[in-house]
Amino acid sequence: MSEQTSDLPQRVQDLLREHDPATTEPSEFLGARFDAGLAWVHFPPGLGGLALARGRQQEVDDLLAAAGAPTPDYGRNSIGLGMTAPTLVAFGTEQLQRRFLRPIFTCTEIWCQLFSEPGAGSDLAAVSTRAVRDGDDWVVDGQKVWTSAAHNAQYAILLARTDTSVPKHAGLTYFVVDMSDPGVQVRPLRQITGEAEFNEVFLTGVRVPDQHRIGDVGQGWKVATTTLNNERVAIGAGNDREAGQIGKVTQRWRQEPAVRTPGHHAELMQWWVETEVTRLAGERLRQQLQAGQPGPESSAMKLAFAHQAQQVSGFALELDPEEGLLYDDWTMVRPDSASFLGRGPGFRYLRAKGNSIEGGTSEIMRNVIAERVLGLPPEHRPDKGIAFKDVPR
Amino acid sequence: MTDLLYSDVEESLRASVRATLQRSMNDALVARLADEPAMDVSGIWLTLTQQLGLAGLLVPEALGGAGAGAREAAVVLEELGRSLAPVPFLTSAVIATTALLSAGDEQYLPRLAAGEATAALVLPWTARSGAWTPVEGTIEPVAGVLEADLFLAPVMGQGDVLCLRCYRRDEVALEPVIALDMSRPLARVQLTGPGTQLASGREAQEAVDAGLAAGAALLAAEQLGLAQWCLETVLAYVKERVQFARPIGSFQAIKHRLADLYLVIVNAQAASRYAAATLAAGDPDAEVAQAVAQSWCSDAAVRAAEEALQLHGGIGMTWEHPIHLRLKRAKADQLALGTPDRHRSDLADLVELPAS
Ligand SMILES: Cc1cc2nc3c(=O)[nH]c(=O)nc-3n(C[C@H](O)[C@H](O)[C@H](O)COP(=O)(O)OP(=O)(O)OC[C@H]3O[C@@H](n4cnc5c(N)ncnc54)[C@H](O)[C@@H]3O)c2cc1C
Repeated sequence: MSEQTSDLPQRVQDLLREHDPATTEPSEFLGARFDAGLAWVHFPPGLGGLALARGRQQEVDDLLAAAGAPTPDYGRNSIGLGMTAPTLVAFGTEQLQRRFLRPIFTCTEIWCQLFSEPGAGSDLAAVSTRAVRDGDDWVVDGQKVWTSAAHNAQYAILLARTDTSVPKHAGLTYFVVDMSDPGVQVRPLRQITGEAEFNEVFLTGVRVPDQHRIGDVGQGWKVATTTLNNERVAIGAGNDREAGQIGKVTQRWRQEPAVRTPGHHAELMQWWVETEVTRLAGERLRQQLQAGQPGPESSAMKLAFAHQAQQVSGFALELDPEEGLLYDDWTMVRPDSASFLGRGPGFRYLRAKGNSIEGGTSEIMRNVIAERVLGLPPEHRPDKGIAFKDVPR
Repeated sequence: MTDLLYSDVEESLRASVRATLQRSMNDALVARLADEPAMDVSGIWLTLTQQLGLAGLLVPEALGGAGAGAREAAVVLEELGRSLAPVPFLTSAVIATTALLSAGDEQYLPRLAAGEATAALVLPWTARSGAWTPVEGTIEPVAGVLEADLFLAPVMGQGDVLCLRCYRRDEVALEPVIALDMSRPLARVQLTGPGTQLASGREAQEAVDAGLAAGAALLAAEQLGLAQWCLETVLAYVKERVQFARPIGSFQAIKHRLADLYLVIVNAQAASRYAAATLAAGDPDAEVAQAVAQSWCSDAAVRAAEEALQLHGGIGMTWEHPIHLRLKRAKADQLALGTPDRHRSDLADLVELPAS
């Protein structure tokens, strides 16, 4: 064990001593935490980490939680924290890493993800938003959709086509886009819950400096794969027993004997067990991944999480049928923060429907597991080996 | 959080058990047990005992055992579940041994550890910790008794005091019954002699519960091993079997079913490891872990065997193919040591989610 490894608790104590969480502004505390290498301990020194094993983060988080320290706001900046940060560490230039990682962690800059398009959802490598080189800049034109948090975001990660004369996976490049560029237009897209959590984003002549490219030209698919694998881990449920949808139901079950029936009891215990084993499997995966990057196995966790969140949130409405018929509020708001658990049971039920679509649908997750984990033969792919411009669309 | 992975020592134990089993038995031998229940298969257990010391795995070194814990025993059971080896590891080296350890026995354990004798707990194979009654008259169906030398039975003694007594072979009457799973034969047992006292009152109660709890926690590992064998076997088959000019494993309907099965098994592995780890550590969460593992892994093994059968098509229904052996064991394991439903009802009490 290196000296750095063993003095981790000491570092946390030093941070807490120099920055009292009770009196320090949250973003300032988080900045100090980043500077101390305690943001993501597996990141390199100077970039919010200490180059330790991924699994050591838990120690830090536990100590900080016990001291009542503020945590980064995953609800507001899930894309920055969960996806942009690991992608920058894996593929970004040092300049980009130094510029962006700290404000991501302190949540003073919010990020969104300009991946999906009307014609490219599950088939993400089919994006047709173009980026054309113009001197030191790239000029971007196209339309994105389903963009969560775009209305709050300062920056975006973008997947764009830079070459149409090669097969679809080879012609993509990955960029950082400044959402305040005059060519970026964001329009709300209202969803099933009544809220407009996501947006359509129109990109017209948006200028992106070449320094804002992540990875080589034509390597965008490889970079995006890292982002997506991290996304699938980020979407998984919490670490604690009875976290997530099941916690809402068990709370109610204990407090209100009136909701208890024999049939509901049998069902409740089934969901309790399923949620618990999913939690344990997630924990086991985290232990396996201590050092490395998440791989396709993380798709299994996302698939499990979506199934259980949807089933349990539906069950919750049946517990109190009179209440289940009601809804809290249909007003269209553009929320600051995504939450699966906020608001009433009706909202939770409807929002959970997105869990099997966002970040790749459950069908796509099953394909990934079948092909990349279980080694089954690939799907028939008529666009394989054909230049993107020649693929019928 | 508890370590849910396998250590290098555990992996090398796994490799030894697997290699020894491959040398000493095969599926055809297991299939023959249904037609020839009296066939002598004791050589397999003898080999595992002599070469790997499995009989005394959980027995402390001071009593002649290996002094290992539940995590190692779980790895052994994963291998036994894969191969369906007809050996009394679960019934003797786990359940009876744990009961004897709990009762503070020093008389029988050295003989068990040396492989000179095997023992069995005389209770219906459906009993679970906290849910059994003292035996009297004929007890059935009991597992692990036909080949056993020592029989541990909880009985009502004088003055209505519960006693755990040990009976010799000449103090019991045994009658084999035809079992759904002939790879773990069952029998009807009647106690005919006086036996010797091992423990009484609370100690006796705790010894039996400890044996059954260890059995439930580690049965999950057997179920996991069985499920993994089913997944691997069916994967190999769907990659190679061609229909409609394609390997059937290239059809999405089949891929998605197997992806879902993979998920069930990944969960089973986590649940089983957690049950073994908490048992090994004497963790206060062990009872919850056991109930969770039994309610998940029992169904997981049955599902794996049923899916494997279906995706093999007609050949899966034949006596020639080893899948039917796994299905029979999986279904029997689901009923053994408490059904999933009963474990969920125990769990409800443990996590304070009352039925009414
Ligand atoms: C709540 C929410 C938040 C989101 N946030 C973002 C965001 O921030 N940024 C962003 O870029 N995107 C975001 N998305 C978009 C999301 O990634 C896409 O919706 C998703 O990848 C599916 O694409 P699609 O909607 O075009 O569906 P389609 O790809 O058209 O799929 C339609 C149906 O066909 C199935 N299907 C498609 N291909 C296959 C196949 N090969 N095999 C089997 N079945 C198949 C799908 O599973 C689905 O059931 C979000 C979506 C939701 C719901």
